[in-house]
Amino acid sequence: MSNSQAAHSQKIRHSGGIADRLYTLVVAVISIAAFIMVAYPLYFIIIASVSNSTMVNQGQVILWPKDINLYGYEQIFKDTRIWQGYKNTMIYTVLGTLLNLLVTLPAAYALSQRKFRARRFIMPLFVITMYFGGGMIPTYLLIRDLNLLNTPWVMIVNGAISVYNLIITRTFFETAIPEELHEAATLDGCSHFRYFISVVVPLSKAVISVITLYYVVGHWNDFFNALLYINTDSLQPLQIVLRNILLSNQAFAGGAGSGAGAGAGSYAQQFADQIKYAVIIVSTVPVLIIYPFIQKYFEKGVMIGAVKG
Amino acid sequence: MKPAQTTVPHQTLRGNGWLRKHAGHYQLWLMVLPAVIYIAIFCYGPMYGIQLAFREFNFSKGLTGGEWAGLKYFEQYFNSPMFWPTLRNTFIIAFFSILLGFPMPILLALVVNSIRSNRRKRILQTTVYMPYFISTVVLVALLQIMLSPTTGLIDGFLKALHLIPADTNLIGDPGAFVPVYVISAIWQACGWNSIIFIAALSSVDAQQYDAARIDGANRWQTVWHVEIPAILPTIIILLIMNMGSILSVGFEKTFLMQNSLNKPVSEVISTYVFNVGVKSNQFSFGSAVGLFNTLINFTFLMLANALAKKTSKISLM
Repeated sequence: MSNSQAAHSQKIRHSGGIADRLYTLVVAVISIAAFIMVAYPLYFIIIASVSNSTMVNQGQVILWPKDINLYGYEQIFKDTRIWQGYKNTMIYTVLGTLLNLLVTLPAAYALSQRKFRARRFIMPLFVITMYFGGGMIPTYLLIRDLNLLNTPWVMIVNGAISVYNLIITRTFFETAIPEELHEAATLDGCSHFRYFISVVVPLSKAVISVITLYYVVGHWNDFFNALLYINTDSLQPLQIVLRNILLSNQAFAGGAGSGAGAGAGSYAQQFADQIKYAVIIVSTVPVLIIYPFIQKYFEKGVMIGAVKG
Repeated sequence: MKPAQTTVPHQTLRGNGWLRKHAGHYQLWLMVLPAVIYIAIFCYGPMYGIQLAFREFNFSKGLTGGEWAGLKYFEQYFNSPMFWPTLRNTFIIAFFSILLGFPMPILLALVVNSIRSNRRKRILQTTVYMPYFISTVVLVALLQIMLSPTTGLIDGFLKALHLIPADTNLIGDPGAFVPVYVISAIWQACGWNSIIFIAALSSVDAQQYDAARIDGANRWQTVWHVEIPAILPTIIILLIMNMGSILSVGFEKTFLMQNSLNKPVSEVISTYVFNVGVKSNQFSFGSAVGLFNTLINFTFLMLANALAKKTSKISLM
C-alpha cells in the first residue's frame, strides 16, 4: 500500500515536474527582483549619506560608502529649522495619537457590543464618511470658523478618529474577545468602563499596536494639514521643513547660510545632495524604529480590517 | 447569539422593561460620544458646508450665509478652459494607477505565499512593507534625486541600458509624469497592499492543495484553480473600494511632484481645487469643483458595487 502510494505521488510529481520547476524559478526571480528594487534605493540613501558627494554624483558609490564623512549629518545638527520641525512633529504625534486612541478604543468597544442598539445607525453614519465628504474648501472654512487655523490644535484634533481604524478595532473586539468574559464580569458586578479598562484593553495589545502604528505614521508624515492650515513658521511640522529643504531647495540655513558670501553658497550646493540624503534618514528613522516591533501583528490586524464593517 | 444568562444581572434591577434594558447603556453612549461628536463636527460639518458650492461666498456671514447662486459655479467650471485638462489628467492618472497598481499586490502575495523558507519569506515581507512608511515628501525628494538627468542613479541606469533616450528628463518631461507617478506609487505601496492578500491566502485550507495535487494539478494550475478563487472575494471588495476613490488622485504627491514643466499633465482636480479655492480664495468655485469630484467618485463606487453584486454576489453594502 505504501509502495503504491509512493509510486502514485512520484507519478504526480513527474507529471507536473517541468511546470513546477518553472514555477519555482519564476517565484525566485520575482522575489529577488522585488527585494532588490525595494531594498537597494533604501540602502543607497544610507551609503550616499556618509559618502563623498562628488563620488556619489559620479556614480562611484554603488555597493559601499566611499570616503566616509558625516558632513551631511553635521549640517543637520546645526540647522535650527529641522529641530524645530522635529519638536513640533513630536508634540503633534504624541498628543494626536493619544487623542486618537482615547477616542477610537472606547467607541470601538461600545460599537462592538451587540446589545448596544444604537450601533445599528451610528455605524452606517460613520462608514458614509469614508466615501463621502465635504471636500477641501468647506473643511478649510470650518477649521477657520472654529478658530483652529494656525494653532497646534488643528494638527492634533483634526483627524481624531479614522473610521477605518475604528472598524479594525471593533471587529477585533467582536471576534477575539469572547462574549462569555463579559457575562462573567457583569455577574461580578463589573461596569462597562471597568470591564473595558481591566479586561478588554489588556487583551487587545495586538490590535492596539497596529492602530497606534497607523496613527503615529499618519501624524509623523502629515503634510496636507500643515500645508492647508498652518502659516506660522514656528508651528510647522517636520514634513513642511523637509519640503522646504528637499524640494524647494531653500538655502541650507544652518552651516552654510551663516558663513556669508557666494563661496559658502556654492560650498553648500556642492554638498546639497549629501545633506538631502542625511535629512531623509534623520526624518524617516523614528518611524522605521517602531515598525519591526509591531510587524508581527500586521497580517492579523489588516486581515481583521478587511472583514467588512 | 444572545445567551440566556445575560438576563441574570438584570434581575437585581427593578422598574419597567425599557428602562431596565437601556439603563446600562449610558456607559456605552458615553464611550461612543467623543467619536460621534468628532464625526458630527469634522465630517458632517463640511458636508453641511457643501451648500457653499451653490452660494456666493460671503466673508462676514461665513459658510452658509451668502446669496443663493444656483449652479453658477458648476457652469463656470464646466465652461472653463481648465475643465477638460483637469478631468482628463485625473482620469489618466487614476486609470493607470488602478490598471497597473491593483494587480501587482496580488502577484506579490502569490509569490510570497509560494516561498517555502520562512526566513526568506520574512525578509522579503519586511523589506517590501518598508517604503509604505516613507512620507510623500521624502518619496518625491527621492524621485528627484534618483531621476535627476545629470546625476540620478536610476536615470543613469535606464540610459546606460538604452531603455530611455539620452535626452529624457524624467522629472520635467510631461510625458514621463504619469509613468513616474504610477511606478513610484507601486514601489511605495505594493508590498503594503499585498498584506491583505497574503493574509487571505494563509487561510486557504491545506486539504484544497492536497486535493488539487491528487487531481494532478501543477503549481500554475493550483494558483489558478485554488489560490485565485480563494482570494477572489477580497480582490472584488478591494477593487470596489478602489473604484470609489478613482478620482481622488492623491493630492499630496501630485502637488509635490508638480512643476512648471509638467503642469499641463499634473494639474488634477484636487490640486486645482487647492490652487483656485484656497490659494486664490475662490471658495464657492473651489467647493463646486470639489463637489463635482466627490459626486463622480460616488457614482463610480455605486456602479462598481452594483456590477460586483450582479456578477459575483459580493458587495460592499
